[in-house]
Amino acid sequence: MDFFIDHYNYWVVIFLMMVGLYTVISRGNLIKKIIGLNIFQVSVFFLYISVGTVEGGAAPILTDGIELYSNPLPHVLILTAIVVGVAMTALALALVVRIKESYGTIEEDEIHELDHSL
Amino acid sequence: MKPNLILHVVSKFLIPLIIVFALYVQFHGDFGPGGGFQAGVIFSAAIILYALVFGLDAAEKIIPSHVLRILASFGLLLYAGVGVVTLLLGANYLDYSVLGSTQIAGQHLGILLVELGVGITVAAVMLILYFAFAGRGRT
Amino acid sequence: MENNISLLLVAVPLIAAPVVAVLPRGRLPWAVTLVVTFLCALFASMQLYGVLSGGLISYELGGWAPPWGIEYRIDAVNAFVALIVAGIAAVTLPYALLSVEQEIPEEQIPLFYSAMLLCLTGLLGITQTGDIFNVFVFLEISSLSSYALISLGRKRQALTSAYQYLIMGTVGATFFLIGVGLIYSQTGTLNMQDLAVRLPEVAHFKTVNTGFAFIMIGIALKLALFPLHLWLPNAYTYAPSVVTVFLAATATKVALYVMLRVLFTIFPDSFLLAAHARELFIVAGIASIIIASVYAIYQEDVKRLLAYSSVAQIGYMAMGIGFASATGVTAALIHLFNHSLMKGALFMAVGAIIYRIGACRMRDIHGLGRAMPWTFGAIVIGGLSLIGVPGTAGFISKWYLVAAALEQEAWISVAVILFGSLLAVVYVGKLIEALYFKPVTESGKSVTEAPLMLLAPTWVLVFANIYFGLDTELTVGVAEKAAAILGVVNP
Repeated sequence: MDFFIDHYNYWVVIFLMMVGLYTVISRGNLIKKIIGLNIFQVSVFFLYISVGTVEGGAAPILTDGIELYSNPLPHVLILTAIVVGVAMTALALALVVRIKESYGTIEEDEIHELDHSL
Repeated sequence: MKPNLILHVVSKFLIPLIIVFALYVQFHGDFGPGGGFQAGVIFSAAIILYALVFGLDAAEKIIPSHVLRILASFGLLLYAGVGVVTLLLGANYLDYSVLGSTQIAGQHLGILLVELGVGITVAAVMLILYFAFAGRGRT
Repeated sequence: MENNISLLLVAVPLIAAPVVAVLPRGRLPWAVTLVVTFLCALFASMQLYGVLSGGLISYELGGWAPPWGIEYRIDAVNAFVALIVAGIAAVTLPYALLSVEQEIPEEQIPLFYSAMLLCLTGLLGITQTGDIFNVFVFLEISSLSSYALISLGRKRQALTSAYQYLIMGTVGATFFLIGVGLIYSQTGTLNMQDLAVRLPEVAHFKTVNTGFAFIMIGIALKLALFPLHLWLPNAYTYAPSVVTVFLAATATKVALYVMLRVLFTIFPDSFLLAAHARELFIVAGIASIIIASVYAIYQEDVKRLLAYSSVAQIGYMAMGIGFASATGVTAALIHLFNHSLMKGALFMAVGAIIYRIGACRMRDIHGLGRAMPWTFGAIVIGGLSLIGVPGTAGFISKWYLVAAALEQEAWISVAVILFGSLLAVVYVGKLIEALYFKPVTESGKSVTEAPLMLLAPTWVLVFANIYFGLDTELTVGVAEKAAAILGVVNP
């Protein structure tokens, strides 16, 4: 039981990861796919940041009288990854807007039918 | 759009505060938590709030789209330009130490300029994105 | 100055991208991009020369020493791949002018070239950097710009294929990120050299093994290794001609380079040898050679035919990795180089046809070979190279691959390589038959030869196909050196 409680951050990460990936795969709605992809990415952000925690460590801002800090590197890496994620989401949404304009739908199966009825 | 007095008053009160906070996050970034990414997003949030309350046309009068495009490029060029200057001063790319008289002053100036570039680009890109999506299908 | 070449190779296109984005319409954005790609090609060849004569180049960004700072670390492997990317970009750009003017709306042209430059920045960045997280960032820079580039294709399917690529590409990149996070949590470092030192100590941990698997799947998605190739045929088919040429000749090659780096530099050899990873590569290679080639035979669209053939060619490279021997990796690297030459030439020739008739379905191109002799010639020679006829570049890579298979007495692999060439004969033959031996259609009678601006770059690559089929000193020499640097030995 302790095994589960001690590693609770990993369980959260794995749960979110699976939710996200499952949404990407199973949903036919293009917007829902993007939401799934975002959940998937956020789970990875959690993974990095929770790994960077040092037990008893303070936030990594230089302050007098504090000896132990958390590892700041994962935070920096994830800041970059968040920006990449924002860019990805914006681009994906832009594509969905254009798809909606030229197909009139954002359901994957309907788009598939439209492409093959030509 | 029907003008809503409460929204107008509250947002006119909030927008300057948001901008001041954005500037604080921007220029405090070298001493504490903060920096260009966060500041840029907060700054653009102020303009987006303005656009939501007063309409897209009013917001585009403050910052026209072509200015935003130039600003987005300018920010990136400022970042890269700092790197080029350090190269020309004989150090490695983005080695800020040579920018000031002492190493610390150089590092300080370098990170300030780089974060400024990041902030300008992020704010401009966020607004471009908002205008692009919000303006879609209007004309 | 000389030390800075490795940095400038990435910085120059990065600085040029925002400048090009705000330039006025007209031909100026193209001209600036052209100059930048030529500069990059120059830098890349100087870098390769420097590495071959002087050895390792190490560049510390911001003056921060590795493993804390980001280091650009160039040996023969990166320099070779960087030269391919920059060289292909320099050949593609002269070709781009007319094709882009025809296919892309005028107001989007500056942004188009800006995205091209960003894509080039990302691809070159991946080859230059010695930091594995930096690889992820550059991978996403190149991927995001290529999604945007693909979506600019003229048909509306371009949008859906860009979306499909975006979803699969992002899942792949995120898998890579998970893997990097897992090995970072065990080693506390992101520098590739430092990882190579520290990983053997922790290699038995399950976390590291899981990280390895995640990284492999992530790159395999980007590489379009069978059965993770589903995004590739659509993306290549519906992208604008120039984008197809550029991506087909560079993007998957850079992914293959990352694969080699991760397998042979970062992780201890035991990961590839002990587990069944080797067999997996060979099986995936065999499956993609046979299945993708068969698919290629039945395609009605010329670009899609060539795209499936690309998946098959990636199979050959995966097979080379799977042999895990010096000869195998050399073969993979040679094929990486030669395949960019042949697919570059072929997609350029097809792009010339599209420039003239606006389509490239099999029934549209009947008999056009006689009206467009130079384009037809390029397709014939490119096709022969794809098959692997002696005297063309394709023969050299197949030769080394067969040699690597014979070394290990992998008879099935030898048979598959030869059978794959036979299948290539079929689909190239089908293409040539349609172009030359079928009667001309009504609309095809007025077609004339493509303009010189399109033909000249095509023929540069065609001649490169013949040249590197006869003079193998550069390709084989560098590839052998690169394989030695990666530390692969014949078992």
